[in-house]
Amino acid sequence: MSFFARFAQNRGALVGLIILLLIIAMAILAPLLFPESPWRMVQRPFLPPLSQDGFPLGTDTMGRNVAAGIMHGAWVSLLIGLVSTSVALLIGVPLGAIAGYYGGIIDDILMRFTEFFQTIPNFALAIVLVAIMQPSVTSIVLAIAIVSWPPVARLVRAEFMSLRNREYVEAARLVGQSNTTIILRQILPNTLSPIIVLASLMVATAILLESALSFLGLGDPNVMSWGYMIGAARTVIRQAWWLSFFPGVAILLTVLALNLVGEGLDDALNPKLSRER
Amino acid sequence: MKTPLVLAISAAALTFSSVTLADNPKQGGTVNTIIQPEPPGLVLGMIQNAPTRTVSGNIYEGLLRYTTDLEPVPQLAESWEVSDDGRTYTFHLRENVTWHDGEPFTADDVVFSADVFHRELNPSARAVLLHVESIEATDDHTVVFTLTEPFGPFLISFEAGTFTMVPAHLYEGTDFRNNEHNDHPIGTGPFKFANWDRGTVIELVKNDDYYEEGLPYLDGVNWHIIPDGGSRAVAFENRTIDVLPSGTVENFDIPRLSAMDNVCMTEEGHEYFSPFAMLWMNNREGPTADKRFRQAVMYAMDREFAKDVLWNGLGNVPLSAFGSNARFQHDGLEPYDHNPDRARELLEEMDYDGEEITILPLPYGETWTRWAEAVQQNLREVGINVRTQATDVGGWNQRLGDWDYDLAFTYLFQYGDPALGISRTYLSDNIAKGSPWNNAQGYENERVDELFNAAATAFPDEEREALYHEVQEILHEDVPVGWLMELGFPTLYRCDVQDLVTSGVGVNDGFKDAWLDR
Repeated sequence: MSFFARFAQNRGALVGLIILLLIIAMAILAPLLFPESPWRMVQRPFLPPLSQDGFPLGTDTMGRNVAAGIMHGAWVSLLIGLVSTSVALLIGVPLGAIAGYYGGIIDDILMRFTEFFQTIPNFALAIVLVAIMQPSVTSIVLAIAIVSWPPVARLVRAEFMSLRNREYVEAARLVGQSNTTIILRQILPNTLSPIIVLASLMVATAILLESALSFLGLGDPNVMSWGYMIGAARTVIRQAWWLSFFPGVAILLTVLALNLVGEGLDDALNPKLSRER
Repeated sequence: MKTPLVLAISAAALTFSSVTLADNPKQGGTVNTIIQPEPPGLVLGMIQNAPTRTVSGNIYEGLLRYTTDLEPVPQLAESWEVSDDGRTYTFHLRENVTWHDGEPFTADDVVFSADVFHRELNPSARAVLLHVESIEATDDHTVVFTLTEPFGPFLISFEAGTFTMVPAHLYEGTDFRNNEHNDHPIGTGPFKFANWDRGTVIELVKNDDYYEEGLPYLDGVNWHIIPDGGSRAVAFENRTIDVLPSGTVENFDIPRLSAMDNVCMTEEGHEYFSPFAMLWMNNREGPTADKRFRQAVMYAMDREFAKDVLWNGLGNVPLSAFGSNARFQHDGLEPYDHNPDRARELLEEMDYDGEEITILPLPYGETWTRWAEAVQQNLREVGINVRTQATDVGGWNQRLGDWDYDLAFTYLFQYGDPALGISRTYLSDNIAKGSPWNNAQGYENERVDELFNAAATAFPDEEREALYHEVQEILHEDVPVGWLMELGFPTLYRCDVQDLVTSGVGVNDGFKDAWLDR
């Protein structure tokens, strides 16, 4: 069975993929459909959804188009999710690989370092980091990456520990391959599937973290993100439900889609495990 | 059809009762209100924070009180005279006034308060006392202030919060800050301090020996301390709280709360402070150093929009540097209307090259954040490349104090007279690093300095007016700062709390006349 066929066997994953593609399309089409800045005050404030052409989701407290905000926000959420996950992988994978491959004192040092980060609650640390670095897209990406790499490191370490004494690794060592080559060319490719699955879930978590930070007013004040929209609407939730509802739905769907896709990837990459469970 | 009849009768009863009762205030009852945040202490004069002024303005008094038009009216001083040269002010004190501990209030208390206590502890009174040569008690109930030169705003400086009368018999010769009576403030006001349960409530009770016959009507005032804004709004909604002084609930809650039954709202009672929101523009460097750029910013901003949408239509869009509650406002100036085309023209004229400038919102809550977003968008629409820098209160203070900003939001009190609340923003000798409250934009204009200094000591008022009008014309042209809005800070209260806001400082001394129609 092909990879995609295995993936598609999981109906949920397929649905997730479709939603995700739609959201990506939204992000790409945002500048075309809503060329004006989403910050622009275009209509009178508090216009309910569907009450006027061009404002399917209504307007916010300052007369800004909610639909434009959602579309442009998709771009911000995906960007922050993907970039921060990549950064987290760049930190977590090498640390985990070195610790798992060499073991001993190196493993001890690296794992104590990792645990140091794991003992601090993720969200609290992220808030502190963003507050210190001043809110901006860069500082948010960095903060999310810094709080989310430890699980990657631990996962990769565990994989390396189980793989480092396999026969093919012994064979590679026997023919005189260097440690670096063995790590990069022999073991790492075999640990990719769990990393990919974890990464897809990390993107979801990163989007949630970004939303939560923006909700608390620690978002980049220059970009319209979903979390910001909910945060700004929180105070008027009794007057205008749609201001927090639509961005909330957008976050829910994106995170759900990413989780479904992650599960599908898990099925597709570990065919033996998947259907027999 | 019973209902309409009942309604008609009760309506008639209401009309009737309000007519009769307006002539005959009811005695008794305790009002529950809010103080936010909790004051650091209650000895007015020693502590100048807004919450202290609000609570203690009902315990302590000044020589004068001010109407909502900022006209002085008698308080502890029964009458006063000004000499023809504007240098000698004679105050005749009331004779039957006692402190809360029973001691009589005399001219010695006034001399001690002004000449000793305030000179040492109170920066805003000290600024006025700089112009005072001597303070003398000529008899037990007469005090004469002799000024070094005429000082226009002198008569408006005697508000209880600025020029508090403190008891000489308790403070004279002691270490003021560590005086044992600081925990139990003794004033002459209509209410006595009863109890302060930290973090919960400050209780004031009626002063039975108050010198004004029949006053106060209330038995007491309880100032509840509720740190969370949402909870404060709920406490008002569920009728635990009768009065919400200005600034105690978030702006966005005001339309909802004021629409409730039996809730009244007044914008009066802040004339003395008249908070004026401004946009600092760094006059030293970057595009904002160019006058044309600053004018462009004024034309680019839609200030009416901000007033209607962000401030619920309360407040006032100012013409120029002098607000509508400041004296000597020049109303012949051409207003800076929302005019993006004019802004673009000015930017083109100065060859603005798209250099990025930053905008620093005031970290005082949602409304200010939204406001910065709106201004940012206004500026972008005329082609100004602007980016918002989010910051906290500490960061905001530091950036302003270090002059490390391009545009920044703020608001300042006007204190009724240009020499007290306005000139400080524009005088060049008020340029000093480290404070976000002085001439932080770095505006220097010799003529403006001359005019402001001359106007402060000119006499009589006609002469001051001419000088102030000229200075307004220069400022209007130079735009040292952006004039955003005179903020409307409404007080919300149950409609059966009568005569609450009767002065230019609102509830700060308002419970004196208040009574409950229950």
